[in-house]
Amino acid sequence: MNELLKVENLRAGIDGKEILRGINLTVRPGEVHAIMGPNGSGKSTLSGVLAGDPRYTVTSGTATLGGADLLALSPEDRSHEGLFLSFQYPVEIPGVTMVNFMRAAVNAKRKYLGEPPMGASEFLKMMRQKRAIVELDNKLASRSVNEGFSGGEKKRNEIFQMAVLEPRLAILDETDSGLDIDALRIVASGVNALRSADNATIVITHYQRLLDYIKPDFVHILYKGRIVYSGGPELALELEEKGYDWIKETADNADGANTGANA
Amino acid sequence: MSDKETAGTRANDGQTLADATTGDYKYGFSTDVDTDVIPAGLNEDVIRLISKKKGEPQWLLDFRLEAYRYWLTLKPPTWAHLDIPPIDYQAISYYAAPLPRKAPGSLDEVDPEVLDTFNRLGIPLQEQKALAGMAVDAVMDSVSVRTTHREKLAEMGIIFCSFSEAVKDYPDLVRKYLGKVVGYRDNFYAALNSAVFSDGSFVYIPRGVRCPMELSTYFRINSAGTGQFERTLIVADADAYVSYLEGCTAPMRDENQLHAAIVEIIAEDRAEVKYSTVQNWYAGDAEGRGGVYNFVTKRGLCRGDYSKLSWTQVETGSAITWKYPSCVLAGEGAVGEFYSVAVTRNRQQADTGTKMIHLGNNTRSTIVSKGISAGSSQNSYRGLVRVAPSASGCRNYTQCDSLLLSDHCGAHTFPEIKIGNPTAVVEHEATTSKISEQQIFYCNQRGIPTEEAVGLIVNGYAREVMNKLPMEFAVEAQKLLAVTLEGSVG
Amino acid sequence: MHSLRQYIELYRDNRDTIEAAAAVIINRRRPEALRALEAFAEQPAPRTPYRETSADLLYAPDYGLNIGRLQFAVDLAASFRCDVPNISTLLAVVVNDTYRPGALLEKNLPAGVSVMSLARAAAEHPEWVEPYLDSLSACATPTAALNSLLLQDGVMVHISRGVRLDKPIQIVSIFNSPTAMLAVRRLLVVADEGAAARLLLCDHSQGSGVPYLSCAVTEIFAGAGAEVEVYGIEEANADTVRVSETHARVADGARLLLNGSFLSGGISVNDYDVRLDGDDARADLSGLVIGGGSQCAANRVVLRHHGRRCVSRQLFKYALFDDARGEFGGKIVVDEGATGTDAEQNNRNLLVSDGARMDSAPQLEIYCDDVRCGHGSATGELDANALFYMRQRGIPLDEARMMLTQAFMSDVVDAVGYEPVRDRLRHLVEKRLGGEAASCANCSAEDSLCNR
Repeated sequence: MNELLKVENLRAGIDGKEILRGINLTVRPGEVHAIMGPNGSGKSTLSGVLAGDPRYTVTSGTATLGGADLLALSPEDRSHEGLFLSFQYPVEIPGVTMVNFMRAAVNAKRKYLGEPPMGASEFLKMMRQKRAIVELDNKLASRSVNEGFSGGEKKRNEIFQMAVLEPRLAILDETDSGLDIDALRIVASGVNALRSADNATIVITHYQRLLDYIKPDFVHILYKGRIVYSGGPELALELEEKGYDWIKETADNADGANTGANA
Repeated sequence: MSDKETAGTRANDGQTLADATTGDYKYGFSTDVDTDVIPAGLNEDVIRLISKKKGEPQWLLDFRLEAYRYWLTLKPPTWAHLDIPPIDYQAISYYAAPLPRKAPGSLDEVDPEVLDTFNRLGIPLQEQKALAGMAVDAVMDSVSVRTTHREKLAEMGIIFCSFSEAVKDYPDLVRKYLGKVVGYRDNFYAALNSAVFSDGSFVYIPRGVRCPMELSTYFRINSAGTGQFERTLIVADADAYVSYLEGCTAPMRDENQLHAAIVEIIAEDRAEVKYSTVQNWYAGDAEGRGGVYNFVTKRGLCRGDYSKLSWTQVETGSAITWKYPSCVLAGEGAVGEFYSVAVTRNRQQADTGTKMIHLGNNTRSTIVSKGISAGSSQNSYRGLVRVAPSASGCRNYTQCDSLLLSDHCGAHTFPEIKIGNPTAVVEHEATTSKISEQQIFYCNQRGIPTEEAVGLIVNGYAREVMNKLPMEFAVEAQKLLAVTLEGSVG
Repeated sequence: MHSLRQYIELYRDNRDTIEAAAAVIINRRRPEALRALEAFAEQPAPRTPYRETSADLLYAPDYGLNIGRLQFAVDLAASFRCDVPNISTLLAVVVNDTYRPGALLEKNLPAGVSVMSLARAAAEHPEWVEPYLDSLSACATPTAALNSLLLQDGVMVHISRGVRLDKPIQIVSIFNSPTAMLAVRRLLVVADEGAAARLLLCDHSQGSGVPYLSCAVTEIFAGAGAEVEVYGIEEANADTVRVSETHARVADGARLLLNGSFLSGGISVNDYDVRLDGDDARADLSGLVIGGGSQCAANRVVLRHHGRRCVSRQLFKYALFDDARGEFGGKIVVDEGATGTDAEQNNRNLLVSDGARMDSAPQLEIYCDDVRCGHGSATGELDANALFYMRQRGIPLDEARMMLTQAFMSDVVDAVGYEPVRDRLRHLVEKRLGGEAASCANCSAEDSLCNR
């Protein structure tokens, strides 16, 4: 089977401090991977590094998306190649309306793919369609990006943008944090509606809760910058029941040995 | 604590309430000690005389003379928002020392009158007080009277002594650092001080030593017709820490007294210096007669990487204050802080603030200034935040608030922000308001009289700064605030 | 300020020619102006944060002065090639220092609204001019004194009592000269009780490589209950220096809005002196600076609250690219007795390039206790998180920068109360920053700032 994302021995850090200490991960089209782990294990760093957040420095290793060398690309080109990151803390951008923001994003991608810009009416029609997927209010779409949005609205807005940009690989970074049960359901059903045999999703989460709605094919446990355990969906349930302590013990006892990172 | 103490270093004395209702300046006694005062006037011979009386080496005399000659070419600065009556520098005596001048070996040898003065000031001069965690150097008029607790500090390699002693005992250290942060060419008052300074405190904290107690100096102008020109030099070597406290009082006199001091601080790599001041020089009477002119140059050089200097000041006294404790942030990641409460009432004038000079990369500074104006006073914040073109990643946050308690006072804010590097993030916010009638009414309704309500509200307003003071000082300063503002509302 | 001497000499040598064409009332001011200028010439120049904006240096070059009142041909179309169409204004033009009314202006002015040369106003309506002209600038600064000394003519806008004009009066000042030139410009705006008017002031320069200096003094009087809005847009070339002073007095219940945009030019130094004289008056001052190259733009505001219960709002924003220099000086003064004052001032600055510099001095001087006053100043770079967020969505870095800078300026643009002017300004800002609108057929976007 072809590989969509392939990460090998990825090491990265911030301000000279190493956080990811050798990540190996392969994601194929159609799959949903969950990455779980205690606080500070490097979950958000992994998503940031894959998306090209300039705060992080990659020290070694490789990451490819559909064969393209991800680490050599600018953040915008990674986006054009089909990588979407749903931010844990979506950024507020006062003065930039959602419409202008999305039109710039859509047309930049089309330009990258050698397509002509999308016409205004076609664009607005598309926006309307995509909004319905996450039940996003029309009013929010005319406001500044994320400004004054509630926590739930911000996360729905992330999934809305994902729907517009139609990524090959979506990384959902703690998309469940700060959501009540109704918002969680809307977000999850949006993600599920966008799933296809050609794209894949990485769900980064601390809790099992979101995985009740977005069923993963594989679950990985990240601890101290390494994937220390991988398994099927049952692993998430086991974690929910037993907590992270047994993982920590096992991993620490194994003296940091990398216990079969890949599915 | 002495029975005679009235200054109140503890909050819950039964005396507190009585003190708090008078609202008079309670440090306004003068002490009858024999004083060695040289005649008024300033010329090169006077400077030679001061230097000789202090038995100084030639290089220091040369430094003084150079400063004096430069001072002669200067005019007093006029840019501050202050109305300063002309000062006759020839009418001031530039040296006054309590007699006898033999350096006392123990407390018994200190003139009992002097001891009594300090007791009345509430300075824990005695050994038992020092054991309570404070080493004190007391400067009366211009001369350091006694430094407590020196032996214990010496064991750790900490030097804490009068400036004169430092010149004798550690000439190399003094020569190495004197005038390196505030040069005599810095400004009019700095030049004057450099020419005529008579004493002050010297602190040296060696590499890696955390000074285990607060070091403290109390300054008091006592003699009539004298100026006080002390000089403080604090050097914190790499990884050292020290917290230094400065308190100031003066007797009530009709004529104005001049105080022109210099404080220089040097912080090496990862060193931290906290400098706290409670300034309560005599402020003059309600009509603006008398009071101290407080023209002070204070500056610290954070030369070392990740060094830190924190200025905290509570300014309630002086007829005129001209004072800008500043930080030169030269080391990578150095941190400068300035927390200030300045209260003016009657006809007091204050022009005070800070300069934060960002020269090193990733240097950070915080400025919190709380001005409180009452009566017919004028209260100004003046500040400079400068980020050098070569300094990247610098941060500054400035907050300047003014509270007005009367309708004839003035509250002014004069910040200047010079940004030469695009990676800097600098924010300045200022507000001016008066105590809200609703707040007062709310307190009244709960049974709190207006005077007390004002005290409460003002203390709340100043809390952010007061919290930065060491505990003993904070209590004193809080009481001082309340006392200062008695009868000021309206 | 030695540089002022040449103007004193020029006046002495050409006094008759200068005064020949001017109104008596203007000539009457010259002795005082001369005395003031002679005094300034002996004093050092006021200190400025940058050498470039020192008055001594600004006035130093040997500019020519059109004292013979020669007529210059001006290609209006060239200056307006990037203009947004569909903005209908009452147009008047000042070429260098000479007022040239538009062909249709006179005909289109409604009753009670006058736009004419100062000379004509002084002759026909001395009561509009005498009490006001020079009463605020008063030769108090080198610029004011120089202006009063060498002024030959200017523009008068008069709105009679109760007349409310909706359509903006647009005054376009254009430089066009084959040789270096100083233009002494003057605008007097008198809005009587209950009058309302909007002014759009555009500064342009034609030809490049010719040094121009504009020395402009504006005096605005908003009578009781009047509403005056003044929008300034500066789009000059890099060889143009502008030194301007705007003085305004706002009477009981009147409202004044001043909005100044620096989009291009060489050096631009603008002083604002606004006094809320009456009770219950309001002033809104705003400005934006988009600086690139070695441009240098300064706005200095002194806003004085004198009446009771007055409100003032100030918002000045700078986006500085390349080696541009920005200066903001803002002072709010609250006089004793100005009870119920509500004043706010905001200065926000973006430094986009390494060489850019900003100097900000927001000041408060308050002599009254019943006030609510606040000011804020912030200088920084574009929000790194927002930039990454936008890039993650596929928006290229340059475009993300442009969008964020434009968004940063949006509240100053929104402060423009008249929609057609607001739309035009938004377009000009976007064009200057190199966004989509820059690709209009008539102009090149080569000097746009974000695509470098």
